[in-house]
Amino acid sequence: MSDLKNTRPVKFRGGGFAPTSRRWVGFVVFAVLIALAEIGTQTGFITALTLPKPSDVLQTFIDLYNSGLLFTHAVPSLTRLAVGSAMGISVGIMVGVMIGLFSYVRAGLVPLVAAIFPIPKIALLPLFVIWFGIDEGSKYALIALGTFTPTVVATYGAVDNVDRTLIRMGQSFGLSWMSIVRKIVLPGAMPGILSGLRISLAIGIILLVAAEMLGAEHGIGAYILEAGSLYDLERLFAGVVMLSVLGVVVSMAIGVVERRVLRWRS
Amino acid sequence: MDIQLSNINHSYDKFEVLRDINLDIPTGKIICIVGPSGCGKSTLLRLIGGLEQPTSGQVLQLGNAPAGCLNPLTYIFQDFALLPWRTVQGNISLVLEDHGIRGAELQKIIDDVLARTKLTDFANALPKQLSGGMKQRVAIARALAVKPAVMLMDEPLSALDSQTRELLMDDLVSLWSRTPFTAVYVTHNLAEAVRLGHSIVVLSRRPGEIREIVKVDKPLSERKHGDTDLEAQQKYLWDLMRDEARAADAELLNV
Repeated sequence: MSDLKNTRPVKFRGGGFAPTSRRWVGFVVFAVLIALAEIGTQTGFITALTLPKPSDVLQTFIDLYNSGLLFTHAVPSLTRLAVGSAMGISVGIMVGVMIGLFSYVRAGLVPLVAAIFPIPKIALLPLFVIWFGIDEGSKYALIALGTFTPTVVATYGAVDNVDRTLIRMGQSFGLSWMSIVRKIVLPGAMPGILSGLRISLAIGIILLVAAEMLGAEHGIGAYILEAGSLYDLERLFAGVVMLSVLGVVVSMAIGVVERRVLRWRS
Repeated sequence: MDIQLSNINHSYDKFEVLRDINLDIPTGKIICIVGPSGCGKSTLLRLIGGLEQPTSGQVLQLGNAPAGCLNPLTYIFQDFALLPWRTVQGNISLVLEDHGIRGAELQKIIDDVLARTKLTDFANALPKQLSGGMKQRVAIARALAVKPAVMLMDEPLSALDSQTRELLMDDLVSLWSRTPFTAVYVTHNLAEAVRLGHSIVVLSRRPGEIREIVKVDKPLSERKHGDTDLEAQQKYLWDLMRDEARAADAELLNV
């Protein structure tokens, strides 16, 4: 053992597999991609028909802002998303909790939810137009239904995962059924519900655009459709950028809520 | 308030867990239940507190719980069962809110039990910030808050390291010496049993039957870590259990 010539430090093998926060990397990736596109289009390596110049897209965006059209399109879209997903998510959480708590509700509704989940909701838009009218009603309904199913699935999964020993503890101290649900089951399911919301809201944005493409005067979807049919790539990309920004903002908002509500989870 | 178990039998499906258990739990005493693993100790405790129903036989409550008692049969769990999203204070208030206790009265009870378990400085800490021993002290404080008639303790020290265990045993003894409480204390640790038990119930391996009830006469406050007479009693218990413990260890789990 005491072979001094062969002394060397033990090799470190414990690295990796531990995600840490690297905020700026996301921005760098965006910036590099946009810079590459800009250089490519400026030099002519990428033709104007393949991809618009990022600087032109930015200019279109500024024009959009100055003419006030940005808000004409963004405000109705945001309202639809907010109203529709608020309906879908609140009903979804309610139904999900019921499925988690009652065996009969579970037996009855889980197959139904499984049947609704894979339907491309956009295929139902004509039906919703008949039921709820060509105006906002059908769009709310579509987004609500689209956000409802993933929320239900995430919620009952989360309720199933609440630590049973905590529920037994509640019972052993004589807590009422309502208290156990409100103070133990719901907070315990909150992490799962919130991560389900990320998926639900992304689906909500997709459906919002689809609904607006099929019949709306204003809205980001209508704007993209109009630009697309004129092959106006700058405007098309300006619309797509709006959607991406919306997605990032929603995801960040959920992140903020998670950090506030789930502070106990370190 | 005494508890009496009469002719308790319990099975899961066809799997007999407990057989013919008759036991008296007198007021003001700590009864320890020991036995080889899988002998139904914890099941027995769940039956006593009404978290499970025996297949046959009855758990009887003799007399009324003393006045002011909010939850006569109160558990202390092995894994503490604290809500991670509530502070120490919040975890205690959880079990009082349902009894309509609010405001100043609530705070008075919380301050009192935190002082008795030496947790006053940690009222606003979250469970994740506490060590295992502290978490169990919070669970004990929570149990004291509802002024139980009988404490049902399911291996309360088994998740802790041996040093913390010593400290918590001292805490339990001093709590009992100030105000004697009734407790059923399930453990697999014979040292804990001889330190804390007024009598020790030895269960056989599954199906669990009472093999012997061993009395420990020395007063709790005079028992110390490493007392020779306690060690003799611990050895006696171990001799009773050794062969069964070995057999139980070699058994296939059928769950």
